[in-house]
Amino acid sequence: MTSASAPFLSVQDLSVTFPTEDGRVQAVDGVSFSVERGKTLAVVGESGSGKSVTAQAIMGLLDRRLSSVTGHAWLEGRDLVAMDDDEVRRERGSRMAMIFQDPMSSLHPFYRIGAQLSEAVLVHQKVSKQAAREQALEMLNRVGIPDPRTRIDNYPHQLSGGMRQRVMIAMALINSPALLIADEPTTALDVTVQAQILELIGNLQQEYDTAVIMITHDLGIVADIADDVAVMYGGRIVESGSVDDIFYRPQMPYTLGLLASVPRLDQVRAERLDPIPGNPPSPISLPPGCVFQPRCAYSDRVADHACEGVRPELVDIGGGHAVRCHLDGGQRLAIATDVLDALAGSGA
Amino acid sequence: MIRRLSTYVIRRVLSMILLLVLLSLVVFILFSLLPADPARLTCGKSCTPEIIEANRHRLGLDMPVLAQYWEFVKGIFVGRTYAANSPDPVQCSAPCLGYSFKRGEEVFVLIKDRLPATIWLAFGAFVLWLAAGISLGIYSALRRGRWQDRSVMGVALVGYSLPSFFIGLVAIFFIIIRWQLLPFPSYISPLENPVQFLQTMILPWIILATLYAAFYMRLTRNQMLEVLGDDYIRTARAKGLPERVVIRKHALRAGLTPIVTAAGLDLAGLLGGAIITESIFSLPGIGSLAVNSVNDADLPLIVGITLVAATFIIFANLIVDLLYAVIDPRVRLS
Ligand SMILES: Nc1ncnc2c1ncn2[C@@H]1O[C@H](COP(=O)(O)OP(=O)(O)OP(=O)(O)O)[C@@H](O)[C@H]1O
Ligand code: SF4
Ligand SMILES: [Mg+2]
Repeated sequence: MTSASAPFLSVQDLSVTFPTEDGRVQAVDGVSFSVERGKTLAVVGESGSGKSVTAQAIMGLLDRRLSSVTGHAWLEGRDLVAMDDDEVRRERGSRMAMIFQDPMSSLHPFYRIGAQLSEAVLVHQKVSKQAAREQALEMLNRVGIPDPRTRIDNYPHQLSGGMRQRVMIAMALINSPALLIADEPTTALDVTVQAQILELIGNLQQEYDTAVIMITHDLGIVADIADDVAVMYGGRIVESGSVDDIFYRPQMPYTLGLLASVPRLDQVRAERLDPIPGNPPSPISLPPGCVFQPRCAYSDRVADHACEGVRPELVDIGGGHAVRCHLDGGQRLAIATDVLDALAGSGA
Repeated sequence: MIRRLSTYVIRRVLSMILLLVLLSLVVFILFSLLPADPARLTCGKSCTPEIIEANRHRLGLDMPVLAQYWEFVKGIFVGRTYAANSPDPVQCSAPCLGYSFKRGEEVFVLIKDRLPATIWLAFGAFVLWLAAGISLGIYSALRRGRWQDRSVMGVALVGYSLPSFFIGLVAIFFIIIRWQLLPFPSYISPLENPVQFLQTMILPWIILATLYAAFYMRLTRNQMLEVLGDDYIRTARAKGLPERVVIRKHALRAGLTPIVTAAGLDLAGLLGGAIITESIFSLPGIGSLAVNSVNDADLPLIVGITLVAATFIIFANLIVDLLYAVIDPRVRLS
């Protein structure tokens, strides 16, 4: 598996179900993607589409007693899904790391910043406490915390949200992981701080040659930071490809809907966005055919009600651009052209 | 930071003193409104209304309530003499919490003599219930939803719903009377006869602890489950910490903090007397003294016990808050 051509991280047919009192929750359903070192994959989709659960499954953070994970997540040829709890724990924080949405609650309120950072060093490296603290200091410096010598002895509540997210980033990267999963790292922050945090992640990514999975429901930031994009809906990837594929050659009706709902800088404020009508499906009772069918405006163009009854597969339409939709190429192109023209028109 | 902690302590101590003053005033006024007449208790069978009135005057019970309160407060610090101008004055030395004419004894002395039994009972039960409640609560939380969790919670529910006078009486009947595993309870100081002390205390400890342990199991379990779902626990796992470190270092510290509050206040409550347990096992503690004082309508004693019990609780509040500040930097530094 470790041949030169194998991707750095390759997720294959990853599925996650939660048995609950109300029934089986199919949170992630046959997700596949890959990421290379130094590259960024953006995973986008509405709330509940399975983005976080996918990330937690890769990180081995899901409780095995409360969930069932199938499929593979090959990290340099070793399958994270097949590892036992202790093996995958040793990968966490060293080879792969994760940062979360809410920096306010993601740090332990009772421990000093320095202690929390050193702890991350000490689990994975055989170094003295003093050396761990030195590394913590160095890392705080790198993530742009002013006056790190004072800040290292602060408690989390003494820092602003942006500073706390910087601390989280420092903690995630302190063992130089090769994979960083960022689960909506800027959603809870002010707009100005958002840009700084994204820039910081970008810079550190270059420095460490990190593979980044950036989870977001904000398509607005994706174009700037991502190399590849996977669009998730109802636990499945419904379209994936390069940033250009997704932004300039989108094919799947859901992706088109997402693009139409993004606020654009050139758009007049008063003008209404076009949110997709309807709600995401319940993961307990997913539609048997296309998960997007109940909200899709084009399913009547497909013969024999196939959208309602037949599950579409994710099909590569060339150059790594994959689409999960029953419409044929010509139909998709026509629809996409209409939507994109309308968008360009409203933006003018 | 140290400075901020000390200003915090000073602020808290000052407010505690203020609270004590207010509380004693309220208790004093409240009890003076009761229909019980302390002067009535100052003479025996051969009482006439004239003697009662004379006594009322001599003891200052005909003074306005606030004036009486002032005498009372003064007595705490410098002692006081009842009926000073009469041929047989009653001396009550500082700290004077009042005088029980019914028992012919200073209230402070009455309480002081009863305190050891209550303190032993409370602390013994406290240790037992914390040990059992917290450890089983954690165990239950870590095995959430499985049979171990269900059994522990089932036991807790039983312990919770059985009234302690019932288990107390059942225990006395079987363990002491039927099977004669223990002698009849007869309180003695542990310094005098440790074996008899333990034989007397073991059942009251267990029975008193059962009720609280059940409550603490549930409390601990719920706290732990809540904390285990917190974001910083996910962070701790994402760092690659072994699960046992996640639990011991990250979850327990946060999960047990609120339990400090509950434990402190519950202990303080018991120091004011465990009425049922003390009565069942005839332990000479504050609780049984309180029952007797109410039966006798012995107002000075009731006031004294109420104040002492309330002082314990106010004091426990202070200790608990200070502990909190030590544990949680957000309290200390904001
Ligand atoms: N532990 C769990 N038990 C049961 N269902 C769960 C669990 N965790 C997540 N789910 C369900 O799985 C689905 C996917 O959740 P997930 O958190 O991955 O969504 P998301 O795409 O990250 O959304 P958001 O943008 O709101 O973060 C949701 O419907 C959620 O309710
Ligand atoms: S498969 Fe059918 S329902 Fe699903 S997106 Fe395509 S056209 Fe719409
Ligand atoms: Mg999420």
